[in-house]
Amino acid sequence: MKLGKIIDIVEGKLLTRHGDLDQEIASCGASDLMSDVLAYVKSGSLLLTGLANLQVVRTAEMAEVSAIVFVRGKIPSEEVIALAEELKIPLVASPHGMYELCGRLYGAGLPPVMNRGERFAMRS
Amino acid sequence: MSEVLKFTKVQELIYELPIERVMRKAVITVSPETSMMELKEILRINRISGVPVLEKGHLVGVISIEDLIKALEKGEIEAPVGEKMTRRPITVRDKDSVVEAVKKFAQYRVGRLLVVNGQGDLVGILTGGDITRGLLEAISLDYHVEEISRYRARHIFEDIVSDKTSLILRYRVKPKDFSGGGRASSKLKRALDRLGAHPEDIRRVAISAYEAEMNLVIHADEGGEMEVEIEPERVRLLAIDQGPGIPDIEKAMRPGFSTAPNWIRELGFGAGMGLSNIKRCSDSMVLESKLGEGTRLEIVVNLRQELSEESVETEKSHEPSSGERS
Repeated sequence: MKLGKIIDIVEGKLLTRHGDLDQEIASCGASDLMSDVLAYVKSGSLLLTGLANLQVVRTAEMAEVSAIVFVRGKIPSEEVIALAEELKIPLVASPHGMYELCGRLYGAGLPPVMNRGERFAMRS
Repeated sequence: MSEVLKFTKVQELIYELPIERVMRKAVITVSPETSMMELKEILRINRISGVPVLEKGHLVGVISIEDLIKALEKGEIEAPVGEKMTRRPITVRDKDSVVEAVKKFAQYRVGRLLVVNGQGDLVGILTGGDITRGLLEAISLDYHVEEISRYRARHIFEDIVSDKTSLILRYRVKPKDFSGGGRASSKLKRALDRLGAHPEDIRRVAISAYEAEMNLVIHADEGGEMEVEIEPERVRLLAIDQGPGIPDIEKAMRPGFSTAPNWIRELGFGAGMGLSNIKRCSDSMVLESKLGEGTRLEIVVNLRQELSEESVETEKSHEPSSGERS
C-alpha cells in the first residue's frame, strides 16, 4: 500500500519535510514497546505507536521501519522530527486512536507483520 | 522517494552554496571611455551579452547588448560606453548564498548580476546559467564523494593485506542519556552499510547493538563501552560496563524479566525483551556479570558470504584468502 493512501486512511498529517507518497509499504505493526518492534516488525513496514520520543525513531532506524504513524494526535518534538528527517523516515500524526487505526488499515488491506496463520509463541 | 529528495537537495544547495562558488571569476570589463563600436566587438568575440564598466578599478556601471542596440538605432555607435551604461548595476555579495542571487534575478529581471566583495570591488559575474551549472556540479560532486567513500570502504579488506584483517570500532555510551542512546548503534549500522554487508545481517547487528547500547544507558552506573570488531566473515560486539552487575543471569535472560525503573518503561523500554532479542539476532551470545564489578556481553553475528556480483569477481581474483581464516 502506498504511503499516500495510508496517510489518507489515517487522516494523518505528514510531519517531516520529505516523504514520498508513492513509497510502497509492505506491512504494518502497532506497538508502544520498542523491544517488540525490534523483535517482530519487518523491514519495510509501517509502525503505529503512541510513543513519540527519539528512541521510536532510533528503533525504526535499526528495524528498518519505512514510516511511523503517531496515534492519538501525538506530535513529537522538533528534535525527533529532525532525526527522522536526517534518517529519511517519514513521520505522520493521526488524530485517531491505535485500535481505530489498526482497524482502518487492516480493513483496507495492509497486512500485519506476521504471515497469515503464523503465531507468536505463548509464554508466561 | 527520489523526486522529492532531489528537489530538497537543490533547495538545500541554493541556501548552502555561496555565490563565489558558482560565479564566473574571469570577468571581461570595459572602461567608460571604450566606444560602443569597440564594445560590439568585445561582446561578439566573447559571445557574451553584457559587461561591467570599471573606472580605475572601481565598478561604475554595466553595459549590455540592449544598450548597444539602442545606440545603434540612434546612430550613436561611436559614443563612449560611459554615456550609455546603466549607472547603478545590481550587485550581490560573494559570500552570500545563491538564494540571494535567485531573489535578485526575480526582483530586477536582469540578465546578469555583478558580484562584489566586502570592499565593493568587482570579483565576478553571475548569470542564470552559472547558477544552474554550479548547482549541477555541486550535486554530482556530492554524489561522487559519497560513491568514492562507499567504494573505498567496500574494498578495505581487499586493499589491506594481512593474515587476519579486522576493523575495530569503539563507542562510549553515557549513562542515563536516554535521548543520546542509539547513536553508537546508528554509526555502526552506517559503517556496515558502507562496508557492503548484507542488509539482513546489518539489521541483526544493528538490533543487537541497539539493545546492548540501551542496556548500558538504562542500567550501567557509569555507562559503558562498546567495542565492535568487524571481519569479512563476522562481527563481534563487546559491551562492557563497570557495574552494578546482574545478580541472576538466568533470570535476566528470561523474556519479560526486567529490573528497569518505571521512567524507562514509560519510554517504551525495559520490558525484559532486550536480551532475548539479542539472542535471537546473534549467532552466539555470552553474558557474564559480577555484582559490584560489572557486566560483559559478547555477541557474534556471522556475515553471510553470498556477495554481490561485483564483489564475487574480486573474490575470485583473491582466491587464496578465502580459505585462510575459516
